[in-house]
Amino acid sequence: MKHFFRTDAQPSVAARFLLSILLFVLLIASYLTGSYYRHLENPQDNVMPTVSQMLDGVKRSAFERDRNGDLRLWVDTFASACRFGMALGVIFLAIPLGVGMGLFPYVEALFYRFLVFFDKIPALSVLPILFIIFGLDELSKIALILIGVFPTVALEAHLRARAIPQEQLHKAHTLGASEHEIAYRIVLPQIFPKMLDTIRLNLKAAMLLLIAGESLAATVGLGYRIFVVRRYVAMDIIIPYVLWMTVLLFLTDWFIQWVIRTRYAWLDK
Amino acid sequence: MPKGRSLVAVLVVVMLAVTALPQLALARDKFTLAISIYAGWMPWYYAKDHGIIKKWAERYKIAIEVVEMDYIPSIEAYVAGKVDAGVMTNMEALDMPARSGVDSTVLIVGDYSNGNDALLVRGIADVQGLKGTEVSLVELSVSHYLLVRALEMHGLKESEVKVVNTSDSDIAPAFIANKSQKAVVTWNPMVMSIEQTPGVSKIFDSSKIPGEILDLLVVNTKVLNEDARFAEALVGAWYEVMSLMSQRGPEADKALTDMAKRSNASLNEYKAQLRTTAMFWTPEAASDYARGTEIKEKMDFVRNFCFKHGLLGENARSVDIVGISYPDGTIQGDSRNVKLRFDTRVMEKAKTGQLRQN
Repeated sequence: MKHFFRTDAQPSVAARFLLSILLFVLLIASYLTGSYYRHLENPQDNVMPTVSQMLDGVKRSAFERDRNGDLRLWVDTFASACRFGMALGVIFLAIPLGVGMGLFPYVEALFYRFLVFFDKIPALSVLPILFIIFGLDELSKIALILIGVFPTVALEAHLRARAIPQEQLHKAHTLGASEHEIAYRIVLPQIFPKMLDTIRLNLKAAMLLLIAGESLAATVGLGYRIFVVRRYVAMDIIIPYVLWMTVLLFLTDWFIQWVIRTRYAWLDK
Repeated sequence: MPKGRSLVAVLVVVMLAVTALPQLALARDKFTLAISIYAGWMPWYYAKDHGIIKKWAERYKIAIEVVEMDYIPSIEAYVAGKVDAGVMTNMEALDMPARSGVDSTVLIVGDYSNGNDALLVRGIADVQGLKGTEVSLVELSVSHYLLVRALEMHGLKESEVKVVNTSDSDIAPAFIANKSQKAVVTWNPMVMSIEQTPGVSKIFDSSKIPGEILDLLVVNTKVLNEDARFAEALVGAWYEVMSLMSQRGPEADKALTDMAKRSNASLNEYKAQLRTTAMFWTPEAASDYARGTEIKEKMDFVRNFCFKHGLLGENARSVDIVGISYPDGTIQGDSRNVKLRFDTRVMEKAKTGQLRQN
C-alpha cells in the first residue's frame, strides 16, 4: 500500500488512464445497475431511464419539434446563453471598477464597504424580491446573477490591483503617465489574465443562479425546461439536459483557459 | 497491479450487491404516507397530530409513518417507490405515477376543487379578452388545465395566449407587485391573497368545471394487494376526521382551528377555503361519485389534456396509452396497461361500518 502513496510515484500511462476513469465507471455502472433493477420491477419506469431512453430524450429535445414547433434543446440553450452572456458582459465591468477601487482611494472609500456587504448577501434569498421589483422577465434573472457574482469579481480585482507594488506606480508617474493611464495601461493589463481565471471559477455560481432564476418564471431556457418536465417525471430529458449543461460549462471553462494560455502566455502561473 | 485489480474487483462486487437488492417482498408491517399542504388535505395533518392515524394503525397491527413534504416532491417520492401512498389530484395521479408504470389505486376521493383554482386578471373583462395575453401559472399543473378548459369553453385556443411558467411559491407576491402582469392562474390560498388586491378580478374558476379537479388519496396497487390493512387503516382514519369536521359545534371548530394553524391560515381563512372545496364528507358520497358516470366524463377531459401536452409520455401515440379502470369494471384506455384504478371497495367498507372498530 505504501507504494501508492509515495510522492515520487510514477504511475504507468495505463495505470494513470485506468485510475482516472475508475470513478466514472463505478458511477455509471451503479446507475445502470439501479436502472436495470427498476426496469425489471416496472418496465415503464422513468425515474432512472436507461441509456436508450435517454438517447431518445436527446433525440426528441434536439431534433424533433415540440408542440410549439420548437427544437427545445437549441431554443433553451440559446435563451440561457443570451442571459448568461449579458450577465457576463456586465460582470466584465467589475474588473475596471475593482482596478479603480484599488488605485484611487476616493473610489475605494465609496464602493468598498458596499460591495463587501453585497457580496455576503446569499443571492438566492433575494430572488423573490428581485422578481417583485423587476418583474418576471430577463432583467430580474440577469440581476440575480449580477448580485451573486459581480461583487466577488470586483473585490478580487480590487485586491489584485492593490497588490501591484507601489514602486511600479511611482516609476510610471516619473515617466509621465497620467492617472488613468496607470490604471488602464499598467495595472489592468497585468491583472486581466488573472481576472479571467477568477471569472472562470465563478462560472459555476453564475450558472446556478441562472437556473434558479429560470426555474422561477420563464418561458424558455435550460433551467426552465428541467423544472417544467419535472411535472411529468421526464428524467430522460432532465438527465441529458444536466449533462449538456455540464459539457457547456466545461467547454466555456476550457475556452477561457485556452485564451489565457495563448494570448497571455507571458504570464507565469 | 494485482493489489489494485483485486481492490477494484471487490468494490465492484460490493456495489453490485448493494444495488442489486430488490425491494424484498417481506411481510411488511410498516407503511409510509406522504402528505402536503392543501385545504382538502389538512385532515391528514389533523389525523397525524392527534394520533388518529396511529390509533387506526394499531387496530390493524401495523405502523404507518406520515411524512410531510412539498406537493411535487411528495409525488416524486411516491413514483420512486419511497412512500406507499400519497395525496394528489387526479391529473397528477395520471401523469406522474400512472404514466410512469406505477400501478396506483385511488382509495379515497376526498373532494373536488369548487373554486379553489381560479383565473385572475387585471383590466380584462372576460376570458375572450385573454387573447394575446401572457398568463402566469405553473405550467403543466392543474392551473394549466384550468386555463385550457376556460379557453375551450370560450372558443379560444391555447396557442392564442402565452403561458409563462411561474413557480407557485412566488406567483402571488410577483403578481401583486407587478402591475404589468395581466393574468395569473393559481390555487388557494394564493387566490385569496391575490383577489384582495385592488384592480384584480376573477373571471374563471374551478366551480365552472366541477368534478374535474379531484383530490385523492392514492396507494400503490402492489402494496394494496399484498396487504389491505394499510388501506383500511387510512380510510378509517380519514372518515373519522371527516365526520368530526362535518358536524357543527365547538368540537368541529376546534379541529378546524388546528387545521387552519397547520396551514398557516386563520380559522376564517381556512373555512373560506373549505367553502370552495366540495368535500365528500361521507364514504357514501365519495363512493357514489366514484361509481357514477360523471367521473368518467371528467377524467376523459383530464386525460385528453395530459395526452395533448405530452404528459402521458412524449412518445405516446394516443390518449389510450394509460388505462384507467372504474369500480364497475369499465376501462378507459388500454386494458392491457391499466395503471390508475378507482376502487371503492374500502370506501364501501367504511360506509357499511366493516372497518375495525378497536
